[in-house]
Amino acid sequence: MHPLNIIVCLKVVPKSEEIMVNTETMAIIREGVRSEINPPDMNALEMALTLKDRYGGQVALLSMGPASFENYLRVGLSVGADHAYLLSDPLFAGADTLATTYTLAQGIIKLGGVDVVLCGEESADGATGQVPAGIAEWLNIGQLSMLSNLELDLTRRVGRGRRDIKGGYEIVEVPLPCVVSVQTACNEPRFINFERNPWAFSDARVITWNAADLEANFECIGLRGSPTIVTGLAEADDRDRRHEYIEGTAHEIAQKLAALLENLLEGV
Amino acid sequence: MVSSLFSVDDQAQAIWVYLEHTDGNLENVSLEMLSEGRVLADQMGWPLVALLLGHGIEDMCQEAFTYGADQVSLAEHKLLEDFTIEGYTSVVYQILLQSKPSVVLLGATHNGRDLAGRLAVRLRTGLNADCTGLRINPDTGVLICEVSGFGGGVLALIEMQSHRPQMATVRPGVFSLREITAVPSETIVRPSFNIQPKDIYTKYIERFGGGDRIDLTGSPVLVAGGRGIDGDFQMLETLAQLLNGEVGATRPPVDDGYIERERQIGQTGVVCSPKLAVCCGISGAFHFVVGIEKADTVIAINKDAKAPIFDHADYCIVADVKQIVPQLIDALK
Ligand SMILES: Cc1cc2nc3c(=O)[nH]c(=O)nc-3n(C[C@H](O)[C@H](O)[C@H](O)COP(=O)(O)OP(=O)(O)OC[C@H]3O[C@@H](n4cnc5c(N)ncnc54)[C@H](O)[C@@H]3O)c2cc1C
Ligand SMILES: Nc1ncnc2c1ncn2[C@@H]1O[C@H](COP(=O)(O)O)[C@@H](O)[C@H]1O
Repeated sequence: MHPLNIIVCLKVVPKSEEIMVNTETMAIIREGVRSEINPPDMNALEMALTLKDRYGGQVALLSMGPASFENYLRVGLSVGADHAYLLSDPLFAGADTLATTYTLAQGIIKLGGVDVVLCGEESADGATGQVPAGIAEWLNIGQLSMLSNLELDLTRRVGRGRRDIKGGYEIVEVPLPCVVSVQTACNEPRFINFERNPWAFSDARVITWNAADLEANFECIGLRGSPTIVTGLAEADDRDRRHEYIEGTAHEIAQKLAALLENLLEGV
Repeated sequence: MVSSLFSVDDQAQAIWVYLEHTDGNLENVSLEMLSEGRVLADQMGWPLVALLLGHGIEDMCQEAFTYGADQVSLAEHKLLEDFTIEGYTSVVYQILLQSKPSVVLLGATHNGRDLAGRLAVRLRTGLNADCTGLRINPDTGVLICEVSGFGGGVLALIEMQSHRPQMATVRPGVFSLREITAVPSETIVRPSFNIQPKDIYTKYIERFGGGDRIDLTGSPVLVAGGRGIDGDFQMLETLAQLLNGEVGATRPPVDDGYIERERQIGQTGVVCSPKLAVCCGISGAFHFVVGIEKADTVIAINKDAKAPIFDHADYCIVADVKQIVPQLIDALK
């Protein structure tokens, strides 16, 4: 039995609370916006490290993005991952879901012999949650989505996880290898281990692969490999609201509100 | 660019909606998509086809017709009794390749997203996730998907020229339900497909679904709490009961375990259209606001006069919720 190989797909996103839009040009203002590891991916990394603690093996980080992602991958190494791979090439830019999942799947193939691919529930900027299923499809393997917990049986080579459904939960099993998406906030991600920092931040710790390294089909990557195109931006219409202030002492406000509520809810 | 498995030239001008169901009932989001699909179909003069997979489910076709389907494409098989991603992907893929519809819509539920994500890759086509609006260009038949972008406030319009089908997922609550009265035609078609026991590898070990089913989307009144109520959902529950409503929440209290995830409102929670939403101790982040934008009336209570929630409120109360709400409860009693 080979040691367990876990890959965590990790994306770096602009901090959502810092993103602003220039309402004149409808362009996103990126200057001065800080980035962070997509918070749900920290839950995926935590699940990976828990699996490693329990079953042994190794955890590799995989990300597609610009060279600036490198330092964030080092943070992941410092938290506890063993390896980090950055898929970076100007040719990867402008990728939609089809091209992104193709590229990540190529990276996973190049890494060879994976048992579990862990993803976050969704990315804070894309927020589509479509990437895990797409990776599983390119690799033609099973998937478990929105898990809050995962156990492995390495003799039977299956993964078994729990996920919430309406009014309850279900426990589902698929053969390994498989792709898993992890429910946001289902665990408490561990912090940076400062003792690991010198190692994590040393040269050549993050391995970068470009399109040629991946032996990728150039027709399938980046803008070229993306069938969808953004044709316009529009300002979301803000609903007109009354913006009426109710003022007074707490008691007066409560009285006015009660009267208002009775009015509003007449007939409901 | 790699082309999709069928092209614009081979497509059938039709809108397909994938129907999801649990315990013998169609999901609301499926009916909402049929309602919206009907409008698009009428504009284009195209048929609206509902795709239904399962076992012993013919009864559900009637409801699909009630919400506007011209035709139901019905795939019944013992192996389709439970949703398995591999079984359902395979069968839907086979059916789509036979019929080659121009547009395919799915609900952005857990299973709907998984299915859409896999199908789009298998068909080598694009997928627009979590659309908040759909239009079809009457001249070209190109589907224009409206997706809310980065940090809100901006809508991106996304379309696809040469790849088919044009796939999109839609969140529950985004479109309104509309029953129709005149039904153009009510045909059930049973497409051929192939599925074998060896194709299925997902195993359900245990399932418990008997707990409370919380569904905020149907409630006329929502009392929503944010981080500012410090986990005191008991207080909001009392208020909600007096108003015949449900309690909802922003994400932080859900993440902190104060309240069930089903009660989360917003971009990653539910989108609601109640008559009234009362927002208590909520700052008004875009991710939350999208979930209440369709409320008829919004009341906000926040102690910070600058909180963005007031930009989205009809009635604004700058005060401490812990003082106002108990007194309001007394006043209502
Ligand atoms: C990808 C992504 C998806 C997300 N999806 C969602 C989502 O679906 N739903 C969601 O809600 N959030 C979502 N978020 C989080 C969102 O960005 C905000 O962080 C969140 O909505 C803030 O919640 P809040 O208003 O409760 O907390 P805060 O922003 O901390 O606001 C608390 C407010 O309470 C007020 N307050 C404090 N004490 C009192 C008091 N005693 N009386 C009155 N007022 C008081 C404060 O003035 C403050 O305005 C998402 C974030 C990301 C990145
Ligand atoms: N560029 C990327 N690099 C690595 N992982 C990614 C990338 N994009 C998405 N993912 C993974 O897929 C998950 C879901 O993303 P999305 O489908 O974009 O919402 C994220 O939480 C990540 O784990």
